[in-house]
Amino acid sequence: MKKTYILEDLDCAHCAAIIEEKVGKLEGVSQARLTLLTQKLVIEAEEEKISLLTEEIKKIVKKVEPDVEVIEK
Amino acid sequence: MTKKLKRQGKKIIISLFLFLLALFLKGLGEKSYSLFELFAIICFLLSYLIVGTEVIKKAVRTITAGQIFDENFLMVIATLGAFFISEYPEAAAVMLFYQIGEWFQSYAINNSRKSIKEMMDLCPNEARVLRGDREEMADPGEVEPGDTILVKAGERIPLDGIIQKGSCSLDTSALTGESIPKEVKEGEEVCSGCINLNSAVEIKVTKEFTDSTVMKIMELVENASVNKAVSEKFITRFARYYTPIIVILALLLAIIPSIITGTPLVWIYRALSFLVISCPCALVISIPLSFFGGIGGASKRGILIKGSNYLELLASAEAVVMDKTGTLTKGSFQVVDIVSMKPEMDKEQLLAMAAYGEYASNHPIAKALHEAYGKEIQKENLEYAKEIPGYGVEALYQHQKIYVGNEKWMETLGISCQQPETWGSVCHIAREGEKREYLGYIIIADQLKEDARDTIRVLKDMGIKRIVMLTGDGKNAAGQIAKELRIQEYYSELLPYHKVEIMEKILQEVQPGKKVIFVGDGINDAPVLARADIGIAMGGLGADVSIEAADLVIMNDQPSKIITAIRISHKTLFIVKENIVMALGIKMLVLLLAALGIATMWAAVFADVGVAFLAILNAMRAMRIKEYVS
Repeated sequence: MKKTYILEDLDCAHCAAIIEEKVGKLEGVSQARLTLLTQKLVIEAEEEKISLLTEEIKKIVKKVEPDVEVIEK
Repeated sequence: MTKKLKRQGKKIIISLFLFLLALFLKGLGEKSYSLFELFAIICFLLSYLIVGTEVIKKAVRTITAGQIFDENFLMVIATLGAFFISEYPEAAAVMLFYQIGEWFQSYAINNSRKSIKEMMDLCPNEARVLRGDREEMADPGEVEPGDTILVKAGERIPLDGIIQKGSCSLDTSALTGESIPKEVKEGEEVCSGCINLNSAVEIKVTKEFTDSTVMKIMELVENASVNKAVSEKFITRFARYYTPIIVILALLLAIIPSIITGTPLVWIYRALSFLVISCPCALVISIPLSFFGGIGGASKRGILIKGSNYLELLASAEAVVMDKTGTLTKGSFQVVDIVSMKPEMDKEQLLAMAAYGEYASNHPIAKALHEAYGKEIQKENLEYAKEIPGYGVEALYQHQKIYVGNEKWMETLGISCQQPETWGSVCHIAREGEKREYLGYIIIADQLKEDARDTIRVLKDMGIKRIVMLTGDGKNAAGQIAKELRIQEYYSELLPYHKVEIMEKILQEVQPGKKVIFVGDGINDAPVLARADIGIAMGGLGADVSIEAADLVIMNDQPSKIITAIRISHKTLFIVKENIVMALGIKMLVLLLAALGIATMWAAVFADVGVAFLAILNAMRAMRIKEYVS
């Protein structure tokens, strides 16, 4: 299924690229796309893993850009 | 401004102050007070640490995560290196200006994001729901289909629906780019996002908020950046190689000449300059931003583009294939000419005869006659009207037998009639007297849109080599319309699958790398829209089908928007190219000069931060585009 997150206050291009790459490599994620300009992260992932993945994504973001807040949509 | 930006801003100001103080102290120090020099170094260090601590932290974090070619890390190496070789001002300056640059980038991105959002923010936050006699303010998301909402003058319509009570003028410009207000009355559908200009109306909601027109449009434009253009993909790939290559070059530059010449400090300084220029930030940010700006600017003009890739393709269009009805013509029949053969009979009388004669008919032609006549049909004036299918009618109007119908009908009756040259349908009128008498004719035709002819002319001027018109109409009518529009190539009497076949053929005939656009009204053209390189649907407002099938949607019914769309495409691509050339050009030049020892680290900072800033400013231009007005 598709799941969208808003990464509030994300404003640096290379961080965005790193986050996109790392999220894409998470187990259970078949595709991850992050658009800097809309601050939207869209992932394609297995449904039962979503809540687990959300935690993982929050960890990744915290690590790369501590100021960015992950909001589930 | 976000909290983060404010905080960073303060740090930068303090750091900048310390930096200037340090420069001053250093100046004093050179005039023999060596103690000042020590103070200067401390101030440089403080200035560095205030803005740099966060960068150092990030660098440590990424290096432990195994990423060597990270911008933060490279900046830290470059500045620490400068400290190491006692270039204190440079070390502090590189970090300071790097942070100033980052700050401006964030600021510019936030700003452009905000202005694009504002531009697309078509939806009010509240809906005024009528419950019994009370008005309640509610979130549009909570209003259900079937509820009634009140929209007062000056307010934006929050949800799609049908007018239940009242009438008003609507400003649809936010959706269509059309500046002329649209009049709507009871029973008519209205779209969310339009502004009520003059008087309050009650609207019965027909769709949930998530399915409403504004939400669909906003979603579409926001998601457009997911379909990436070739140049965007190129930059992403390029960025992956650029940084490692520059870093390796820097290493080589630090080691090899040092060994040969024996002056390592000189070469390390030059290599450090390389590291400062090692981020491809200017390109990574500005290119998607240009496309996003172009798409945002287009949506402001009533053109929805579903992805940067389509915006890019538009610029290489060689052929434009257009459906006739609904695209070039209005698709509604109207009386365009009335010609009377009898001096004693005026046009009004002739029209009355035709309208009475066709009284019972439901045919579009009959409707056009009634509409043009505009008066009530008085039944006492009409004794009978008999329809002969495929020919016309025979009627007794004001005690006089009249014949209304096509050429075949006149022929059958033995009346010779005029044959005007037109693409429309000709309705002949004759009456029974001592002798059957031909009275005249009325031409009913689908009308060309006001900007159709101009659109074709300008498209040709823009270098579109082939313009093709497709229609299901007869050859004669199609030929005349094509002549009127100055379209050389047209195909008539087509069924939907013929259109696909013709599209296939045209796709094969264009030069390699060139693209074919199809423009249609979207409803029965879905297969051709899909087959063309770029499918453009016209009149998307309210028609979900066409929004889904097409790559581009023109929200109103003006074909001239195609010109605006192509112009936006050219402008956006031009900006993208400008940015690539400018950013790479300056970087390469500074790299070369740095290697030769001509450019200092200061120049390197400009090549990194300054260029990124310029590229962003340039990218923002993509949002502003002049509209083509015929």
